[in-house]
Amino acid sequence: MKRLPVLQSVQSAPRAIALAAQNATKPNRDGSPWYARVFRLTTTRIITQAFCFGLFIFLLWVTWFSRLGGYPASLFLELDPLVTFATAVSTHTVYRWLWRSLWILVPTLVLGRVFCGWICPYGTLHQFIGWVFNIRRNKDNISVNAYRPIFQFKYYLLVVFLILSAFGALQIGLLDPICLLTRSVATAIQPAFDTALPDALAGIAARPGAPHPRVFAGAWFIGFLLIGLVGMNLVIPRFFCRVLCPLGAFLGTLSRFALLRIDRDLTRCTDCNLCMRHCEGASDPQEALRKSECFVCFNCIDDCPEDALAFRLAPVPVHEQIIGSLKEGTARLFGRKVISKLPETVLAPPDVPRRRWVFAGIAGLLAFPFLRFSKAVNARSYSAKAIRPPGSVSEPEFLERCIKCDQCINVCPTNVLQPSTLAEGGLEGLWTPVMDFRTGFCQLNCTLCSEVCPTGAIQKIDLARKLGKEAHVEAGPIRLGTAFFNRGRCLPWAMETPCVVCEEVCPTSPKAIGTYKQEITRWDGKKVLLNQPYMRPELCIGCGICEHECPVQDDPAVYVTAIGESRSKDRSLLLGSRETPTKT
Amino acid sequence: MSNERRRARRDEPEPSAQDLEQQRDHQRIERRALLKGALGLGGAVAAAGWVSLAPPGWPLSLRDPDGERGKPTAAVRSLPEGGFRVPDAPSVADLGVAHGTQLKPMLLAALDALGGIGRFIQRGDVVVIKPNVAFERPAALGATTNPEVLTALIEIVREAGAKEIRVADNPIESPSSCFVRSGIQAATQAAGARLFLPTPEEFALLGTPGATWIERWPFFWGPFVGANKVIGVSPIKDHNLCRASMTTKNWYGLLGGRRNQFHQDIHGIIADLALMLRPTFVVLDATRVLFRSGPTGGSLGDVKPGHTVVVSRDSLAADAYGWDNLLERQGEALPAYFAKSAARQLGQPEWRKLALREVNIG
Repeated sequence: MKRLPVLQSVQSAPRAIALAAQNATKPNRDGSPWYARVFRLTTTRIITQAFCFGLFIFLLWVTWFSRLGGYPASLFLELDPLVTFATAVSTHTVYRWLWRSLWILVPTLVLGRVFCGWICPYGTLHQFIGWVFNIRRNKDNISVNAYRPIFQFKYYLLVVFLILSAFGALQIGLLDPICLLTRSVATAIQPAFDTALPDALAGIAARPGAPHPRVFAGAWFIGFLLIGLVGMNLVIPRFFCRVLCPLGAFLGTLSRFALLRIDRDLTRCTDCNLCMRHCEGASDPQEALRKSECFVCFNCIDDCPEDALAFRLAPVPVHEQIIGSLKEGTARLFGRKVISKLPETVLAPPDVPRRRWVFAGIAGLLAFPFLRFSKAVNARSYSAKAIRPPGSVSEPEFLERCIKCDQCINVCPTNVLQPSTLAEGGLEGLWTPVMDFRTGFCQLNCTLCSEVCPTGAIQKIDLARKLGKEAHVEAGPIRLGTAFFNRGRCLPWAMETPCVVCEEVCPTSPKAIGTYKQEITRWDGKKVLLNQPYMRPELCIGCGICEHECPVQDDPAVYVTAIGESRSKDRSLLLGSRETPTKT
Repeated sequence: MSNERRRARRDEPEPSAQDLEQQRDHQRIERRALLKGALGLGGAVAAAGWVSLAPPGWPLSLRDPDGERGKPTAAVRSLPEGGFRVPDAPSVADLGVAHGTQLKPMLLAALDALGGIGRFIQRGDVVVIKPNVAFERPAALGATTNPEVLTALIEIVREAGAKEIRVADNPIESPSSCFVRSGIQAATQAAGARLFLPTPEEFALLGTPGATWIERWPFFWGPFVGANKVIGVSPIKDHNLCRASMTTKNWYGLLGGRRNQFHQDIHGIIADLALMLRPTFVVLDATRVLFRSGPTGGSLGDVKPGHTVVVSRDSLAADAYGWDNLLERQGEALPAYFAKSAARQLGQPEWRKLALREVNIG
């Protein structure tokens, strides 16, 4: 029998380790030190992405009553330049912390879309999923990362969204990646996570101590949308980032003339196209770079076998410096032979023909009346159930500000805040926060939603403002709406049965719910004392705890609608509603 | 097959004996595979037949002829026979009342009237303390148990040798916010007791034989696992429906489920609560008295200082004392739940018939 060769590496452990260490610290063939192999820019990028993704999830995780203390819970939303720009267009102001997006804006103007490649948690999710589930062969990896005309689409969306913003209908949140991911995590991922968590790990639950699993209107749609968009990576890598992302389009437009960009050395490039293999943005590094599409991921530099690519400060196109004929192979550049057959290194502009800009503009101009003259958000026929959280500005201003990120919904301790469906908000108000008093109620001493709102749709208020105390006695408490009794379903009114849970839980002092005491002889001859409840509308703040606690659960006998809300004079109910009742 | 190929085949030499032998071998293997497959299939069909057709009592049977087997069942728990009461013993008084401002000495003095804390808590006890944390209100508004009273109580129970002290309530408003805003969480943690939040997994069905409404009802069971003493510490409050919410109504906060239906017979449910939980003793925390707009209050104008704690093994007696002397409703008829509970031998609402010891501290 033939003897198998003994592997030379099988040696004593210390020797093997020493050998490995020696090999690991050998300099590269080109003389660069060993750590150039390990500490590559791409490695730094991956670490940064992991950190940013972790930070994003961590901040959503701390967006909860017992954890919030001092964390900038909505940091990523405030860093988002599109949020700042679009709200500045719609409101002509930059709210609270939104100036933080300068931290992204400045590097974008210098480096390009570093946000997309290094910071954006949604981009990281796409990149990761695309990488894990990539089963393409090498050749297909190259072709799938070629630029496609469909990638223009995001620019049209951006145009439509910005024109809508100018009219005061802020819609960027439908697709802005930070808003979209925040919303998806808050309303779809969080309940799934907490349900799957074993009891032993209850301490790390996203919503610890919640008395019920949280439910959200239309969570199925938000969740499937997330799966669908992430799943598209299996068809086109970074589909969302390349095709749909309005923030990517915004940053792409800004980075068109960024100072640093990928440059290709024509005297080294052999046109092998390996640089496209892991190109995240499909930005054509193998010919004229599309800077607007480039995510600055540096994969192309890593992948280039000829070392022909570099990230340079404002490279000047060399096309006109080439002497000789490319076809005949006699071309020379600064004394070196030109190897690449593609002499274009000049920057390619965003691939958006002017007529299509015009089309997108017209679409944007029409979109506003389509949205606003639909029922639900229109002042002339607003939805009775579009009850906004305390501190909200009046509805037209609210629609100028709300980015549908659903951080308020994320932080709400009682689950009363729900992403609006088409029923309450129409398409324009889709996913904006509304209160559903069957799932929760507005807790009297809570102002958390106003704390985390990044854009001031819910203005930051303190408790004294909410309750109309101290300096705000004159203004009175914030009223979210008014409660009404449906006597046909109320047990003491319609069913000869005592109840008045509503009066018990009514948190105002004096209570906004009073009762008429009436002794009746029931159908079976028994005498019963009924407390039949009625509303004192000038005391009702619309918190909805009566509706939530009403035992006629499926269609409560006391219910709140938006009329009488204090944020808008147009929707007041009582003649003297702006004045505070003087009785204590 | 074309003619040419058939002809070509005819020209081929006959297979050798070895070839044929090989073919037979192969067929044998095929036969074996078939038999194995048939056996496997037969087994699967037989197993499916067994689990679906074998009578319900037989092993591995899944058969459910009338749909009864498929219905969910929940284990019904029960609290110890006779509740968490300690044996009767001669004592100075049945009601210990202490007035003053120094809470710990007041509590100790009131307990001493009943025979001292040593009568109730022994070394190694696991004690559940049930405060009232129903609403998200600062303690000053009188809607929740005074956290300072809770702290003093925990200290006393610890010093008596309790191994573990648990604090639990199922509030009406968002639990974690209620515990923080009322100061109960801080008091619990500072005193080193363990806080239980009413998360769904902490609830179980509790059986209360003889109860009208809650013979089987979801109960905040988690804190009671392994516990052998229970203390209620409740504020004294006006109540819109049952007139007064004190130590007996306090047990309402251990119920889960659709408990808002109970307002249809509020006195009946409170009498059930008295039956459900027979405590080691109760503390009526009358440091503040919420005398109107209860049980929520919301204005300092609804609260007056009481400077009193009442301790008793009999929650009805403590509550009746509170009704007369602290809510100052003496002369008004006691709410109906007193009589209903007394009819079940659960306490003595006529507190004047009991031995009472009243002390002033500081």
